[in-house]
Amino acid sequence: MILDRIFLASPEARLLPAEKLHAPTLAITAIMTFAMMIVAGAGLALARSASAVTSGAANKYVIEIPAAASSRLPVAVATARSLKAVRNVTPVPQSEMRETLRHWLGDAASSADLPVPAMATVELAAGADPEAVAAAVGKQVPEASMSAQSTELKPILGSLRALQWLALALVALMAAAMAAAVVLAARGALDTHRSTVEIMHGIGATDAQVTRLFERKIAADAIAGALAGAIAAALILLLLAGGIAAASGDLTSAPLGLPEILLLAIMPIIVVAIAVAVAHRTLLRALRSTL
Amino acid sequence: MGLRYGTGAEVLRDLDFTLSGGGFYFLTGASGAGKTSLLKLLYLAQRPTRGRIRLFGEDLSEAPREALPDFRRRIGVVFQDFRLIRHLSAYDNVALPLRIAGRDEAEIGSAVREMLDWVGLGDRAGARPATLSGGEQQRVAIARAVITQPDLLVADEPTGNVDSEMAKRLLHLFSAMNGFGTTVVVATHDLGLIASNPGAELMRLDSGALVDPTGSLKNPPRMDRIEVRP
Repeated sequence: MILDRIFLASPEARLLPAEKLHAPTLAITAIMTFAMMIVAGAGLALARSASAVTSGAANKYVIEIPAAASSRLPVAVATARSLKAVRNVTPVPQSEMRETLRHWLGDAASSADLPVPAMATVELAAGADPEAVAAAVGKQVPEASMSAQSTELKPILGSLRALQWLALALVALMAAAMAAAVVLAARGALDTHRSTVEIMHGIGATDAQVTRLFERKIAADAIAGALAGAIAAALILLLLAGGIAAASGDLTSAPLGLPEILLLAIMPIIVVAIAVAVAHRTLLRALRSTL
Repeated sequence: MGLRYGTGAEVLRDLDFTLSGGGFYFLTGASGAGKTSLLKLLYLAQRPTRGRIRLFGEDLSEAPREALPDFRRRIGVVFQDFRLIRHLSAYDNVALPLRIAGRDEAEIGSAVREMLDWVGLGDRAGARPATLSGGEQQRVAIARAVITQPDLLVADEPTGNVDSEMAKRLLHLFSAMNGFGTTVVVATHDLGLIASNPGAELMRLDSGALVDPTGSLKNPPRMDRIEVRP
C-alpha cells in the first residue's frame, strides 16, 4: 500500500509487521467517516434549508381581515403602500385562498357561504417597526390584524433545528465510538506486539520511540480508511443532492453550499486527527503501566 | 535488598554486594536459585521490592521510568531465550540497539556487518530467526548485546546452545570487552566456561541468597552493595 511506503519506509518502522495492524483501524475509520459525513451532510442540508426559510420570511408579514370585513382589504393595502416602512404589499386573491382551502374542504371551498378572510402579504423595509405599520393600517381598517410570517413558521423551524442538533449529537457520538474503537485497536496492537515492545524497552527504547511505531501504522491505516469512507460518502451525497435538486425542479439550488462542502471535506482530516491523538494517548498510558 | 513477584515469597533476599567497574563475574547456582531474577535487577527489567540498587553511580531503585532508557542503553543483555524479534532479519536484530540510540545508517551498516562476521553469521545477515539454529540465534542475540560496547554486559546462559568452539570464541569476546572496561556478569551452569576464565569472580546464589563463593575461583565478591561504577 502506498501509505505504508510513505509512513513505514524506515528500518525502525519494520519493527512491526505491516499486515497485522491493518484490519481494525482501517475498517473502523472507513465506516465511521462514511457514517459521520452522511449524517453531517444531512444536518448541514437541514441547516441550510432552515436558513433559507428564515431569510425568506424575514421582514414579511400578513395582513388579515375577517370575512365580514373582507371588502376593506383595498383600503388596508392602499394604507400600507402609502407607508415608507413598507417595501411591497401583495393582496392574496380570493381564488388563491379558496384553492388552498380546497385541499382540506374539497368542493365546499368554492361555496359562497364559506367565510373566507381577506389577506395581503407585506414586506417591510429593513429595520422598519412592524407595530407602527400595524397601527397605521388598524387606524384605517380596525378589523385588520398583522402577524409575522416567521411566527407561523416557528414550529417547522423548531423541528428543523432539533434535527440539526440531533445530527450534531449523532456525529459526536460516532466520533466517540470511533475513539473507543481506536483505543481497543491500539491496546490490541500493543498486546499483539508485547514481546517486541519488551525487547525494545530492554534495549533502551523510550516510550516515545515505541509509541511512534504504532502511531505511524495507525495513522497510515486511519488515512486510508478515512479516504475510503469519504469517497463513498461523497458519492452518496452527490447522488442525494442530484435527486433533491431534480425533485424540486430547481437544478441551480444545491442542498449544500461551499461552506458546508468545505466543512464536510475536513471531516476525514478530523477523523484521522482523532484516531492518531487517541492512539497516542492510549499507547503512552498503556506503556506507563510497564517498567 | 530483596525481590518478590506479586504476593509470593521473596525470590531474592538480603542481597548486599558491589560489582567493581570493569570486573568479570560469573553467577552460578541451581535452577530456581534466582540467577535470572538477579540479572533482571541488573538490566533494569525489575525494581527491588525492598532495599536499593545503584548502577553507574545512580540510585535507580525509585528512579522515574523516563530516566531508565538512558541507563538501559549502557547495558547489553543476552537473554536465555534470545528474545530476537522474529519478523526481523539477523541484520536488523543486531542493528536494533544502534537504531534505538539514533545512530545513522551508514555507521550502523559497517558495525553490524563486522559484528555478524565476528560471530560467524556474515552470510546469514538476511535470515530471520526462525530459519536459524538455536546456536545461530544465540550468536545473533550476543551480537545485539555487545554491538553498542556497553558499560555493563549481562548474559544469561550465553553458551547454552553453542558448541565448545563457539563458546570459547564468545568467552574471548566477553573477555575482550571486559578488557576495554565493560563490566561482565555471566550467569551459567557451565563449569568449563567458569574454569576457562580464572581471573573472574564468582557469585553463587542459593535459594535467593548470595552464599560464599565455591572457592574454585579467585576474588570472592565483596558483600556490601550492588554497584557498578563507570
